[in-house]
Amino acid sequence: MAIYTKEEAKKIMEKALSFSTADTCSINLSGSESGNIRYARNSVSTSGHRSNQSLVVESSFGKKSGVATIDEFDDASLEKVVKRSEELAKLSPENPEFMEPLGPQTYDESLSYIKETANISPDYRAEVANSSIKPAAAKDVTAAGFFNDSARFSAKLNSKGLFAYNQSTGMDFTVTMRTNDGTGSGWASRDYNDVSIFDAAEASKIAIDKAVMSQNAKAIEPGKYTVILEPAAANDLLSRMFWSFDARRADEGRSFMSKDDGTKLGQKIVDERVNVWSDPLHPEIPSSTWDGDGLPVKKMKWLEKGVVKNLSYSRYWASQKGVDATPSPSNFIMAGGDASLDDLIKDTKKGILVTRLWYIRSVDPQTLLYTGLTRDGTFYIENGKIKHPVKNFRFNESPVIMLNNLETLGKQVRYNGNLIPYMKIRDFTFTSLSDAV
Amino acid sequence: MKRRDFVQMAGMGAGAMMLPVSMFGNNISAEALLEPGLDPAAKKVLADVALNTARSLGATYADARIGRYLNQYVFTREDKVQNVVNTESFGIGIRVIANGTWGFASTNDVTQDGIKKTTERAVAIAKANSKFQKEPVKLAPTQSHGEVSWKTPIKKDFKDVPISDKVDLLLSANAAAMENGANFVNSALFMVNEQKYFASTDGSYIDQDVHRIWPTFDVTAIDRAEGKFKSRNALSAPMGMGFEYMDGLDSEKLKGPEGLILYRNSYDIVEDATNAAKQAKEMLTAKSVEPGKYDLVLEPNHLGLTIHESVGHPTELDRVLGYEANYAGTSFATIDKWKSGDFKYGSDIVNIFADKTQPGSLGAVGYDDEGVKTKKWDIIRNGVLVNYQAIRDQVAILGQNESHGCCYAQSWNDVQFQRMPNISLEPGKEKYSIEEMIKDVEKGIYIAGRGSYSIDQQRYNFQFGGTVFYEIKEGKIVGMLNDVAYQSNTQEFWNSCVKICDKDDYRMFGSFFDGKGQPSQVSAVSHGCSHSRFNGINVINTGRTI
Repeated sequence: MAIYTKEEAKKIMEKALSFSTADTCSINLSGSESGNIRYARNSVSTSGHRSNQSLVVESSFGKKSGVATIDEFDDASLEKVVKRSEELAKLSPENPEFMEPLGPQTYDESLSYIKETANISPDYRAEVANSSIKPAAAKDVTAAGFFNDSARFSAKLNSKGLFAYNQSTGMDFTVTMRTNDGTGSGWASRDYNDVSIFDAAEASKIAIDKAVMSQNAKAIEPGKYTVILEPAAANDLLSRMFWSFDARRADEGRSFMSKDDGTKLGQKIVDERVNVWSDPLHPEIPSSTWDGDGLPVKKMKWLEKGVVKNLSYSRYWASQKGVDATPSPSNFIMAGGDASLDDLIKDTKKGILVTRLWYIRSVDPQTLLYTGLTRDGTFYIENGKIKHPVKNFRFNESPVIMLNNLETLGKQVRYNGNLIPYMKIRDFTFTSLSDAV
Repeated sequence: MKRRDFVQMAGMGAGAMMLPVSMFGNNISAEALLEPGLDPAAKKVLADVALNTARSLGATYADARIGRYLNQYVFTREDKVQNVVNTESFGIGIRVIANGTWGFASTNDVTQDGIKKTTERAVAIAKANSKFQKEPVKLAPTQSHGEVSWKTPIKKDFKDVPISDKVDLLLSANAAAMENGANFVNSALFMVNEQKYFASTDGSYIDQDVHRIWPTFDVTAIDRAEGKFKSRNALSAPMGMGFEYMDGLDSEKLKGPEGLILYRNSYDIVEDATNAAKQAKEMLTAKSVEPGKYDLVLEPNHLGLTIHESVGHPTELDRVLGYEANYAGTSFATIDKWKSGDFKYGSDIVNIFADKTQPGSLGAVGYDDEGVKTKKWDIIRNGVLVNYQAIRDQVAILGQNESHGCCYAQSWNDVQFQRMPNISLEPGKEKYSIEEMIKDVEKGIYIAGRGSYSIDQQRYNFQFGGTVFYEIKEGKIVGMLNDVAYQSNTQEFWNSCVKICDKDDYRMFGSFFDGKGQPSQVSAVSHGCSHSRFNGINVINTGRTI
């Protein structure tokens, strides 16, 4: 079993540290147990189980550091890995940006571990596949999906007295349903820390319904449209913006957050209804309460009423700028409203409903312009009703422009570890049509 | 890990502590990279334990892959070394067919006992999964090769080159960029050695030593007053070569327009960084493109990625059949189109071949990861789709009885499956140079280098950017352009191919990080071509204000 308790982990790391002769020494110990099942063409294609554990030692002499890794934890192995990291440190060039390890910190108790998820069995995984394949076959639809679950732990100990430990569990599920005539495709995705919330049959049904509904899509002209983005579509564009709040790149003048000789910190950059924050203790999306450097991760506001409230600072960059280090967000939460998807559709005169976006790539980092395509369920809305499926579009759009063109925010949903609302956006730019189903 | 995450991490020069060990292996010293692994005789004894155990448990087929994967990465920015990473990963992956079903298990406990237990697990998985199997696996026959070996034909092993030489080379390139007007530069060297031993119940024992190298950088110029920044990345290619790729031989340089220097089998990183800085500065004031139809002259480092996305992926048989439907997608190049025998993928001059033997390419090996001797075959001949990429358990679907030899696993602990071989565009038969090609264009754009790329899940609609763009008017380059991307449909695009330069202009582009499968595996692949011209392609303007 690769999952150690807090006490077991600490004991191994303290033993390793006892062999250190370097100026400073940091030790990370982590392990995971994960299992998966994959299916396609209404049949299971692969399944597997993986167990990983490793201990990483970083030893430093002055500003020279060396890193060594090992996956055996007997005393001789621990001594060997510490010595090897010290030899490597002595041979390394100086790193002018070296930061001494942090001293002891206080962390919140994390909520990210759920026992039921850690106990998932191969039979459970097979049943997930069955819950997709059986209803698909009954509706002349072909299922392809992937379910992955994991339990992990991560611990950190250093020669300055810092000790941190976290356990987490998680599961991810995606399923694509394609009608057997090849003209319709639907998709659904679920991810939770707690598997007891997960219902494979419910998610599979949504994907099957979308596949059937999206058959024989009509082509309509590309151009600027009002769109209702489901949370998966919105998240995949917006997360690229929310992960780009790095202060250093902004200060260096090579970020969408750069401005003249400074940054956009304190400036209103999007609609005033946009509020975004991160919170490792949010019960729906719990995550670790410390980051890779051992810094405590706390609730943090990034956008408030459309104004940039914080940028993330690495320890080095914070020291250069004389500010406190601010870890990057561990998740993000975007405030939503009360409207359901049905409410949003009812309230739309003419628009496009988008299930998800695909193959999103950066076009211009200066304006955060991205391109990509709609996929697995794109529908035309007229006078408050879904009229018919439409062929997929290619878009070229910036999340910054998008959040300035905000019409309505709907209910929040967990997607990919974040909480993101349904949203209606005007003037979303579709630049061409795709024949892909 | 996704390629994007890796590149982002590489760009940031994240500490080695942050690198995921499962992908790269354990950190070791540079000297330890030079330690020899097990000799082939010792590996044969161990592999036979797996094969014999599998047979005794009722498996009808088994293969064992003993792999030692050595990597060295060097990351720098401006005048600083950010990180030097050396890793080693060693273990065995065992694949079996029992009850007509595949089973796979792997371990880093490469002892007779560890191998026996792992083989038992692989057979147990096969038997358990056979409950869900609709049709038994059909393996195409393959030759028994006996005891053979193959090695990438390198001149300089990266492991013999001192780290200080590699660091000095990158810092010289960075200094050259900074002296020529860059505000920032990140550079990196990725070096890989796969020592792979394959054995199967078909009677093959294959020892291979595979080398790859990829030098790269990103140079940024900034105009703070205007609030603009522009980047120019390296015009290098990842190659299946040794450290000799870094020699910068003049004989391997090709002259592009406007002083652009292009590299074939030898790369001059200091010269390219110098030019990159000058071009990044020029981009800050270059004209924004007028959208519309243009004739495009595409440079091989750029066109290689277009080939990868629009021909390489759609002709992978597992995608065509729906095995990747939930991840990368399916394909427009369906079996009925191929069976018709007249599906015009491209114009008559478009000939695209798959090849696992091209010297210097990333995909070149002597034998694939299921012991099939590698070869070259046609995918598109005279514009018509004639074949796919398929492995031993797939070719029967095509009515063929010989695997194409393109099976690959990223590591000993991942199961092998069908991966893209090198997919390349044949050069034109008549002598035709870049100058002649540009001279023949009335209204066009010359595009060099890799940029943004995006394509739909069935590979119809794509949008590509580039690194450097030049406007062509009445047969002459008239200046640099900004904000260029072209959008097209795969079949329309390849049917608009009107001219291809000859073999003197042919060279390869490649990628270390072609992703496929769930859990995702990466694979390295090259794409060769000459400068080619595509008429009447839709160009959009990507400039925006925020």
